This record gives sequence, structure tokens and C-alpha cells, in this order.
Amino acid sequence: MPEAAEPAPEAPAAPRVDAEEMARRAVRRRWLLNLPAILWLILFAAGPLLVVLLYSFLAAGDYGGVRWELSTDGWFAVLMTRDIFDDTLRLQDAHLAIFWRSVKLSVMTTLACLLLGFPTAYFIATRSRANRNLWLFLITIPFWTNLLIRTFAMLEWIRAQGVINSVLTGLGIVDEPVQMLYTDFSIMLGMTYVYFPLMVLPLYASMEKLDFRLVEAAYDLYASRLQVLRGVIVPLVSPGIVAGSILVFIPSLGAYVTPRVLGGGKQMMLGNLIELQFGQGRNWPLGAALSISLLALVMVALIFYVRAAQKGGEGHG
Amino acid sequence: MDQDSISPARAAETPQETPAAQAVPAIDVLNVSKLFGEGQSAVRALDDVSVAIGENAFFTLLGPSGCGKTTLLRLIAGFDHPSAGQILLRGEDISELPPNQRSVNTVFQSYALFPHMTVRQNIGFGPKMLGWDKARIDRTVTDMLALVRMEALADRRTDQISGGQQQRVALARALAPRPKVLLLDEPLSALDYKLRKEMQTELKRLQHETGITFIFVTHDQEEALTMSDRIAVMSAGRILQIGSPREIYLHPRERFVADFIGDTNFLAAEVIEAGGGMARLRLAGGGEAEATVPEGVAATGRVTASVRPEQARLVAPGQGALTGRVAGRVYFGTDTLVTLRLADDSAFTLRVQNSLTDGEPPGEGAEAGIALAPGALQVLRD
Amino acid sequence: MARAFEVRRQRGFVTVAILCFIALYAPMVTLVAYSFNAGSSLALWEGFSLRWYGAAWENEAVQEATIRSVVVAVSASVLATAIATMAALGTTRVPHYRGLTAVYALINQPLMVPEIVTGVALLVVFAIVKEATGYHGLFYLIAAHTAFCIPFAYLPIRARLQGMDSRLEAAAADLYASPWAAFRHVTLPLMFPGIIAGAMLAFVISLDDVVITEFVKSAGQDTLPTYMLGQLRRVVTPEINAISTVLLAISVAIVSIFFLVTRKRT
Repeated sequence: MPEAAEPAPEAPAAPRVDAEEMARRAVRRRWLLNLPAILWLILFAAGPLLVVLLYSFLAAGDYGGVRWELSTDGWFAVLMTRDIFDDTLRLQDAHLAIFWRSVKLSVMTTLACLLLGFPTAYFIATRSRANRNLWLFLITIPFWTNLLIRTFAMLEWIRAQGVINSVLTGLGIVDEPVQMLYTDFSIMLGMTYVYFPLMVLPLYASMEKLDFRLVEAAYDLYASRLQVLRGVIVPLVSPGIVAGSILVFIPSLGAYVTPRVLGGGKQMMLGNLIELQFGQGRNWPLGAALSISLLALVMVALIFYVRAAQKGGEGHG
Repeated sequence: MDQDSISPARAAETPQETPAAQAVPAIDVLNVSKLFGEGQSAVRALDDVSVAIGENAFFTLLGPSGCGKTTLLRLIAGFDHPSAGQILLRGEDISELPPNQRSVNTVFQSYALFPHMTVRQNIGFGPKMLGWDKARIDRTVTDMLALVRMEALADRRTDQISGGQQQRVALARALAPRPKVLLLDEPLSALDYKLRKEMQTELKRLQHETGITFIFVTHDQEEALTMSDRIAVMSAGRILQIGSPREIYLHPRERFVADFIGDTNFLAAEVIEAGGGMARLRLAGGGEAEATVPEGVAATGRVTASVRPEQARLVAPGQGALTGRVAGRVYFGTDTLVTLRLADDSAFTLRVQNSLTDGEPPGEGAEAGIALAPGALQVLRD
Repeated sequence: MARAFEVRRQRGFVTVAILCFIALYAPMVTLVAYSFNAGSSLALWEGFSLRWYGAAWENEAVQEATIRSVVVAVSASVLATAIATMAALGTTRVPHYRGLTAVYALINQPLMVPEIVTGVALLVVFAIVKEATGYHGLFYLIAAHTAFCIPFAYLPIRARLQGMDSRLEAAAADLYASPWAAFRHVTLPLMFPGIIAGAMLAFVISLDDVVITEFVKSAGQDTLPTYMLGQLRRVVTPEINAISTVLLAISVAIVSIFFLVTRKRT
């Protein structure tokens, strides 16, 4: 035996600590490790939201800001307005229209992303393992590149003198450039373009786990391609459909850059309306109330998602 | 089973160790209990366990999963602390020391080799942490590489070597700091059959060459029987019996031990008379027989006795302790297992060695007598 | 011989997918192409030139915005990665404890709240602070960026830690490593790829942010993206394309490295 004469190692002496004290130390260390994140996020992310909530119940200052007196005017102004002449109450049509547009465009964007993203994710998931990573990489690249730049790229395509119109007029299909920019359509197109990867990635994650022996079994039992898609594939990847939809819907609802660039300030969404109150509108309490409203809409969507995810989890183990 | 019954076993155990160990065992587990959880839902993983493990021994903790063997190993290693009782390492209480202050090393079940280090760096890790000087670390690593025959692959990363080689590295890494005791947590379970056989021999050799006490945890009774100097059979957080493989196999004291290790026949019986470690039994299957009574087992009234299949012989009907009718035969090459149905409708299996001269054992439906080898019948504690 | 029945095939899916990939990249390719246009139009191609890169390079506003973007992104990603690393150690591979869910929720909060709302909230709070302290420096941007970068830095670090065998630290302790030595020699080297990945993601996220920066920045504190957003109101020249191309190149490079780092050694 080599080094048989070697003395046994003597561990460095240390004060003996009992098990309970060790457990206490572990707890303390855990919280010390979490502390910077907790503090930073409370100070610069979560806490300010409470201030916004508070501001929504204050009166508007004359040049922006707030006066420190309680008021429900901000919340009132979200949906209602007082006629300047006879002081009667009316629904604030402009705001209603913006709320409606935000929800409508977000739903349409989500559907468009789903319709296009499903085949795309399926396509990636059915490639060979080596190729799959390449296609996935191609989806991930836009995901991590600047949203403003991608919106800007879309702007160059759909402008009056943009690529699409140049092709259309060049081929003589239309005489005049088609006005696509500054419409609901352009906003939806832009949001579909920028949020598309957010749909594909979770869809792909569920499809990657899809057991194609189940598909084989369905064909064996006389199902058609469409029946296999509807009866086997879609139910099995439904967690991905739900996750992708929520990932697209939420940022669409709060979109600011895309409607600003492609809607040109005429076709506002909630995000732009909020910005307006903190800019030229100078009605901070209204802006704060609108922000809280947007947040509430997002929370509703998230609760719906959690419900759906739980149901899906029960359904598929 | 009452709590005190373990202690005599330990008392009986210690003197059989090597003379050097008689004074101070390498590891002395004293009345250790371990509870997980709190209050009503607490699980008692170890229940007042005591065992002394001598120096230079290959000691095995054997039992089914959940019996507490791994918990005991973790307590000795220092990854957990006992809820009650003490663990002594060469007479020194280490119960509350963290793992890095105990001269005990572990070979983990799936090896837990550091993936970002080479084989050499893995082996050198312990000595480095102990602050040995570089020359001594290098010498030790070289020796260890030779000991486990891994010199050629010393600079490979650990994910570039096979499972069997990883196993050797894990052994070398744990042995490098020259621990007083080496703990092995089912280290062979991840290997395929052939490699496992090879490593069993290898482990025996390493234990022999290093002279370090090995405490080996397994649920594989065959592995335990072939490798160990001594075995502790565990069940439900208790040690049921400690002894040499031969003692455990031939003289199980408990029904669980007899059942867990090897195949056996259980016979219901009534004690006619008992004394001097022997008892005369009236067997429920018909007939009478002499049985040994292990120390600490009460031989009165109705008891269960056991006998191994290879310690019974087929004889002519009417001869032997028991008579039965052949219910089935299974051919195994070297031998045949014959199952007989006894008078009380219980089954009795015996192993008949196949030979060219004796011809086949009697066929199904035939009546046959069963003779038991002297001393083979054993009264058990239920 | 008849073609084998392809189980995975669905009619039209490949066509849709390929069209989507083309649609995804075509606008960006155009954008990059026009950054090399010799003319000042975004519609007419007048030949290859690096003219707009030169223009951007010499534009003082762009220079300042670039420096500011880099300072903010580096500071925020370093801070966020440090904070996220600690939080990952405090929340991963531990038995569930009271408050753990709350910590998760807090860390993921910036991902769930719309950017515009966070931007507004910080605008409101920082307005108070700015008035009280008179300080209008870069710290506000760095603080805000750090906050929303934390979840992005946290995710890969946590994933790395979760995939790590906790027996490795047990093995280190068994081999006489003190808790600190085990951390330094085993845990830290093993989680390092996750830390690098987290820092890179945080850097890209900070570099690309528009909305929150737009609300938090004090006057004259444009970063590259907010500078570009401001330029869109005026006559747009390929100079914007040139800046975009550079930003795109940086993002693509970092994401590629990220892919390589996280793919390897899993």
C-alpha cells in the first residue's frame, strides 16, 4: 500500500456547531443572498407601482405632477367626461375607442401569431435534431434584437414609398401607393411581426416533447391528417398554445413603441394614451389610473393563464 | 422486537473483531435515532441503532430501500446529524461535526465526480483542501492512480471516461486523503452485471491493500454475502442482526433476515421441549424435528422455523422429518427446484443437485419424504 | 415504389413556416442593405457606400448616446448579474421555505408588468427624488435598467444551478472543503457559464430598451434607442439604418455567443 505510514488527515479544528444553529445559519444566509434582489426590485420595480396607485387618487397639478389632495377625478376621467358647455356626464368616447382598439388589436395579433406560429413551430420541431437548433436560433435572433429596430424595419416595408408599395406599383397592380401606414392594420402587422418569436418559442417547447408514436397510433386507428392535427396534436401541445398566446397578448396590450411608430400618433393604443397624460396631456392622475387599469387587464389575462395552465397540467399529468 | 435486543447483539459482535479493534472500534454508533419532519408527521428513519464497526473490516449495511441504511451512512459522513445518540470515530464523538471536519470519506452512489476537473484534479481535491504541500499531493495522486489503475487516463475530463472508470476515480478520490473510514453508498448499482462482478473483486482488493475500514451500503444480498467480513441486516430503521455472511445465511434469527437473504422455507411448528440452544418441534406439516434456537429467541408454544432449500434432501416416502407430494419441478441446469405440498397444504421447496447417476427427481404427484440436514432447522423470532 | 407514409407531415405547414422565416428576415435585410446606400433615400438604391456609417460616427449626438448606452448597459448588466447570482443561490436547490414564492414573484415582476407601466411608475418616483436631491445623473437609468435586467440575468443562472448535482458540494465537503472552499472550487466554476450567459442577456436587454429609458431619462440623456425614436419624427436618412445595423450586429453576436455557451457542456 502506498504511503501506508501516512498519518490520517487531521481536519482543521473548528468550534463545534450544533445542527439547529447550522439550520439557523442556512436560513440567515439564504435571506442575505436574496436581500439585494428584494431591495432593488422593491425600490425600482414593485414599490413605484404603489406610488402610481396612490397618484391615481390625487388631483392633477396645473403643469403636470400632482397636488396632494385626494381626488377620484383621475379614475373618473378614465371612462367619463363632463361636457364643457352644460356640465352633463358623458362616456369618454375617445378613451373607450382606445381601450377597444387595444383589446381588439391584441386579440387579433395573438390570433395571427398563433395561426402563423403553429406551423412554424411544428416545422422546427419536426426537423432533424441537428437542424432544429439552427431553425430555433433563427427564431431566437429576432427575439433578442431591438424591438424599435424591428418596428423600424417594418416601417420601411409598408411606407408609401416602401418596399411593398414599390413592388405593387412597379408591377402595375396598383396605380397609387396603398396607404398601409398609420392604420390599425399596420399596428397589427407590426405587432405580429415583433411578437412572433414569443409565440413560436413556447409552442416549440411543447411540440418538442410531442410523442409521435401517439400520432402513429392515431393514423393506425384510421384518423385523417386533419383529424390527427385536431384530435391529437393540438390537445397535446395546448400548454404551449396557452403560454404563447399569453406571451403575445400581454405585451401587445401594453404596446407603446409599435403603435407610436406605425400608428403615427393617430391610431393610439393604451400605452400611447398613458404616455400622453404624462407628456402633453399633463394629467398625471388620469395617466396613473390608466396605468393601473392596464395592469389590471394584464392581471386578468395572467389569472386566466394560470387557470388554463393548471387545467392543462391536470389533463396531461 | 424490544429495544434492548440490539445491544446483546453488539456485545456479542465486538469480541469477534480483530484484536486491535477490541479496545476502540473504528466507528461506534451508540443508540442513534434519526427523525425527519416534526410532530405527528415525523418519520423515524433510524430507531435506537447501535453498532460497533472494527478496524480494517469490510462491513456491509444490508437492507431493502427505506430501511435506514443510507440514513445511517449519511450520519456517519456528517451530511445529517442524529436526533439522538452518538457516533464515535476511534472513540471521539463526531456526531455534530460537519463533513469537512471528519476523517471519513464517501464514494457516492453516482460518484459525484467534479465535471469541471480532470481525473487527476478530482483525486487531488481532498489533499488540496487539507492543505498538503504540492509534492505530497502529487505523490498521493500518483499512488492513487496506480492503485486504481487509471494512470493512462489521468488528464481526461471525468465525462470522457466510462462508468467503470468513473467508479475507480471516485474510489481513488475518496481514498486519497487516507480517511480512517471509507463509506460506500451503493457504489456498484449503476454498473452493468459484468462490471459489477469485476468491481466487487476490486473493492475487496482495495480494502485489503489499504487496510481502511470500508462501510458498504447495498440492497443486494448476493453482493453483501460475497464481499463482506461482517453484515448488518437492517429493516424499518433497526438493525436486526449482525454477523459474518455465513452466520447471517445459516443462522438467521429473524423471519425478516431469513426471508431477505437467500431462499428459505418457513415451517409452522410447536415446541415440544427446549433447552441448551436446541428445541424439539412438532411441525404443522407433519412429523417432528430437532431445531437450533439462536441466542435471545424464546422457544415456547407456536413458533416459525426455517430451513434453506439446499439443506433438505428427498428420501423415500415415510422416511425423513416430513412427507409431501411433489407439486412442481423447475430445472435450473446445475440443480432442480422441487416443490412439495405438505400435509397442512403449505409448500416446501428443496434444491436437488442434478447428476448423471441419480436420475431425475420424482415427478409431479409422486409422494416423497424430506430429510433435513442436522442443525439446519432454525427457530426464528417473528 | 410508393413513398413512405410520413407521420409528421401536415399539409401546407412547411410552406407557411418558410414564408414566416422569409417575412421575419426580409425587412431586417432591407434595413441593413439601405444602410449601405450611397443616396439619402430609403427607397432608391444609388450604389454602395459607407457614407452613413461615417455620418453616424461623426454625429456628436450619436457619439454621446452610444457612450451613454454602453455605460448604462455595462453598469446595469454587471449589477443585475451580481444581484441575480446571489438571488439564484438563495432560491435554487433549497427546500421550500416561507417567502420563497414571494421572492420568485418579485424577481419575475418586471417580466409581467407592461414596460409602459414600469416606465410611468419610475418617472413618478424619480420625479420626486430628482426634485428632492437635485441630482439628475445617470444613476436613475442604471437603477431602472438593473431592475428589469435582474430576471433576464437570473433565468440562465438559475437554470444552470438547477441542473447542477447538489451532491458535488456534498462531495467537496466530504473531501474537507470548508463551505467557502466548496463554493469557490466547485459551485462557482460550475455555475460560471450561467453567469456569463445571464450577463450577456442583461447587456442586450439593457442596450435595446426604449420605453423605460424614454420615461426615466432626464433632459439630454438619450441612449441610442431613444435617440433613434426621436429621429423618427424628422426626415429619416439611412444614418438611422447604419446605427440600427451596428446595434443588430452587436445583438446577433452576443446572442450567438450565448447560444454557444449554453449549448456546450450541458
